[in-house]
Amino acid sequence: MNRVAIEKKVLNENQLLAEKLRDRYREHGVCCVNLISAPGSGKTLLLERTLERLPAETRVAVLTGDLQTENDAKRLAHFGFPVKQIITGGTCHLDARMIGKHLEDWKLEELDFLIVENVGNLVCPSSYDLGEECKIVLLSTTEGEDKPMKYPSIFAKSSLMLLTKVDLLPYVPFSAELARENARRVNPQIEIIDVSSTTGEGLDRWIEWLQRRRHAKTAGTPLGAGA
Amino acid sequence: MHELGIAASILDSVQAEAGRHPGAHISKVGIKVGELSGVDADALQFGFECLVKDTDFEPLALDVESIPRVQRCPCGHEFRMTDYDPHCPRCGEFMTQCVSGDQLEIAYMEVEE
Repeated sequence: MNRVAIEKKVLNENQLLAEKLRDRYREHGVCCVNLISAPGSGKTLLLERTLERLPAETRVAVLTGDLQTENDAKRLAHFGFPVKQIITGGTCHLDARMIGKHLEDWKLEELDFLIVENVGNLVCPSSYDLGEECKIVLLSTTEGEDKPMKYPSIFAKSSLMLLTKVDLLPYVPFSAELARENARRVNPQIEIIDVSSTTGEGLDRWIEWLQRRRHAKTAGTPLGAGA
Repeated sequence: MHELGIAASILDSVQAEAGRHPGAHISKVGIKVGELSGVDADALQFGFECLVKDTDFEPLALDVESIPRVQRCPCGHEFRMTDYDPHCPRCGEFMTQCVSGDQLEIAYMEVEE
């Protein structure tokens, strides 16, 4: 018997594709973010409000993943930006191959942001690198404050947590303070912004965060200028 | 939920490695699974056994090594994080950084010549 050292990632194929995507985003000055949450935390509504509020010159495209239906792409198409639905047909996450395939006929040099709305799931999407600049996790006030502890992987890997549906705080037994504390225990570096897609609270801060993130990575390429 | 796909990826690697050892049989594959990898070791083991059963891969064992989460403090101290407490046990700092625990790697394979 001979033991052979392998030392490679189990998801090596996905990782290689993700690194290629990351290189392409960098080359063209595209900031790609990967939105992840449980089903019903408000990813699609947040995206609608985001597309409404981004400055007019911003060039953004959206890939939205679901097991079935084109419903989300239809909702998001009203804003005049390129949107594509990725129907996974049962797969519980997006992978880098799906992203690459759906980007084939888009020109990255004509984009400032690529927003990926992952399949609603807090577990599996955390294992798959999509070449994104960062992962962003949403936690809504109608869930439990201990979600960061129940699903530590995604909270540990996310740069930002958006605490959504904060307009419901007066009506639900949810402590925003405890939820924030739990998220920071899992990931001391995580940034947190409270938002409500219904009242608009926090949305300006969120848009500023996105723009700052892109600016930091593209060394000040102005919006709309490409690379 | 995605462990079956991950088991299939491991088998792809076993197949690729087997191609490098003509006439030999791979009897065991060792993997490292970090506690932050989002992968459940039992579900992975179950999915792996289902995929291997009644195929040319048999007999093939999966050896899963669990890797704990390790934090590094700005003071230089590294420690195993337990009970979601990121505080440095040496200096009390809260802003410690995760440096290990995200692994999902194939460590080795055992080849019977």
